[in-house]
Amino acid sequence: MSPIDYIKDFRDSKRIKALAKLIQNEVDRPINIMEVCGGHTHTIMKYGLKQLLPDEIDFIHGPGCPVCIMPKERIDHAITLAQDENNILATLGDMIRVPGSKSSLQKERAKGKNIKVVYAPFDALKLAKDNPTKNIIYFAIGFETTTPMTAALIDKVLKENIKNIYFHINHVLVPPPIKAIMDSKEAIIDAFIGPSHVSVIAGAKIYQEIVDLYKTPVVVAGFEPLDILESILWIIRQFKENRREVEIQYSRAVTWEGNIKAQQLINKYMQPRENFRWRGIGDIPYSALKLKDDYAEIDAEKVFLDILPNEAIDDHKLCICGDILKGTAKPYDCKVFGTACTPQNPLGSCMVSSEGACAAYYKYGKVKLVKEV
Amino acid sequence: MENRILLSHGGGGEETQKLIKNLFFKYFSNPILEKMEDAAVLNTNSKIAFTTDSFTISPIFFKGGDIGKLSIAGTVNDIAMMGAKPRFLSCSFIIEEGFPFEDLEKIVKSMSEEMKKTEVKIVTGDTKVVPKGSVDKIFINTTGIGEIIYDGISASNLEEGDIILVSGSIGDHGACIMAQREDIEMESEISSDCASLWPLVKDLINSGVKIKAMRDPTRGGLSAVLNEWANQSKIGIEIEEEKIPIKDEVQGLCELLGLEAYTLANEGKLVLVVPKGEEEKALDIMLKSPLGKDSQIIGKVISDYKGKVILKSSYGTRRIMEPPAGELLPRIC
Repeated sequence: MSPIDYIKDFRDSKRIKALAKLIQNEVDRPINIMEVCGGHTHTIMKYGLKQLLPDEIDFIHGPGCPVCIMPKERIDHAITLAQDENNILATLGDMIRVPGSKSSLQKERAKGKNIKVVYAPFDALKLAKDNPTKNIIYFAIGFETTTPMTAALIDKVLKENIKNIYFHINHVLVPPPIKAIMDSKEAIIDAFIGPSHVSVIAGAKIYQEIVDLYKTPVVVAGFEPLDILESILWIIRQFKENRREVEIQYSRAVTWEGNIKAQQLINKYMQPRENFRWRGIGDIPYSALKLKDDYAEIDAEKVFLDILPNEAIDDHKLCICGDILKGTAKPYDCKVFGTACTPQNPLGSCMVSSEGACAAYYKYGKVKLVKEV
Repeated sequence: MENRILLSHGGGGEETQKLIKNLFFKYFSNPILEKMEDAAVLNTNSKIAFTTDSFTISPIFFKGGDIGKLSIAGTVNDIAMMGAKPRFLSCSFIIEEGFPFEDLEKIVKSMSEEMKKTEVKIVTGDTKVVPKGSVDKIFINTTGIGEIIYDGISASNLEEGDIILVSGSIGDHGACIMAQREDIEMESEISSDCASLWPLVKDLINSGVKIKAMRDPTRGGLSAVLNEWANQSKIGIEIEEEKIPIKDEVQGLCELLGLEAYTLANEGKLVLVVPKGEEEKALDIMLKSPLGKDSQIIGKVISDYKGKVILKSSYGTRRIMEPPAGELLPRIC
């Protein structure tokens, strides 16, 4: 047997067409599916999957993008910490583009502030060793996926007794916002596609409560077009067979229990935060993590408490990112989509990250609109 | 400190003269340069193409090339893309104080080797040395003049039915640089495609193929070129996604970082537009050249979607190929 090519085989056009046909044949009712993760939104738009699917299937884009959900006051924390010339602020990817209340990390970097984009949390160690007289502040972001790497970095920093790294923890969890969205009853969601990378760490078990509470199927899916199409077929079949279950489509790497070792490492250093304000959604209790009190000496929120701003800041009044993240609006419903708000000049966070729904629509989704011009 | 560049090497005095004669003349020598006049006096008998570019890159030495090779190939390619034979170059160095002499020699030698491939000559130049920290190691500016051999190539020429070809796998240079940057530390075999394209352009011109537009997709990659053409010519472009040649390792890196290969830079590829009916002949010529051995017909000019580039998948869906924008930032999760 030849090895599986994880890029070509999961994008194979014959298989994609065949699965789309099966979906067409089997669907017998309208189904609103929330793809929780921005990575899935991106795949749906990038591969034009909606064009292959029957009208009965509609996607509702979920809150699962760590950049999109970051409230302005947390960005303001990062910007404040970067003002001190003794500090180097390090963070991942396009977090630097997200607008805070007055500026962004990218704009502050252009003003000469010491802000580094790192490719992995462990890059902060090199920064610490190369800059022994500076404080490295790691602005940690991401869902269950990136949390173990932060925990591993904390572990290393403590074991090696490195004294010049501090952590500003913004790690968030997937199930609480799903529950918040379902409890608000504003969006009509029949089923969920769960992000596979989250469940590689946290297991598929995290969704059982969702199925029990709301009687909505959850399929834990990979990010290739075939993964998503297969998951949709599974959801259709659950409804046809009157089942409501958590199923693991991405069995290549996801188990029910997940990565226990990673979970233990996270639990050693972090615990749920009493409250976290999600951009556009609002306060969701126990929806994010913080460092345990035992590690106060490396907790940037405690060490730099005196200088950090503490007020909640709302989004731009024309921006409907909150409604998009809650599943009650689509990017095209926004008056400023593609005009005042573009990836080059984002007003709202969904336009910032490449995984945000607005950015994905802007980048890939304008085919119909353009044709009408 | 003898083996490092000092501020005095750019001061205009004895050390500067030594640097010019012992290093630059050693590699760049030709009768026009050696006259050492205030300006080079050139003989050209035809319409000329004139271009300039500045090169800054990190790392300065990378798999498949270095900043020197890039500074020659980049400018030579800009001239060649206008159907002109590259003839003369100027070359200005801005060098950081303390830069290793040995590295400078490696760069200059590499420039000299690249020039031999097209017989282009450096006929005038300048060297500035600036205090440590004022520039990142070394910046090179090259300006080039070429004689137009094939007139009328333009980004505004595209018409419905025209066919678009690319001379090989895309994104190699961008992916190579990204993989080699210190902060990624990725084990990778990806090599830059850095090369002077004039020999391939010469073959195309000599074959009599009708060329409507031609570009080397450098920064912004294939996507930037196609979008610019669609805008300039006020037409639509339709590209078959599966026809775009992309090396597995480049695609792999893109997957990892959440980038699109068609927005990554190339330094030794060209995108070509020919009228319908000419494409097979053009492809044949390209495939015979070592610079175009992986050439492909990738798409055509259409009347719909004016000003836009449409990417067609093998399973029948269509989406927009957006022009690249902003900083290339890796995905978070």
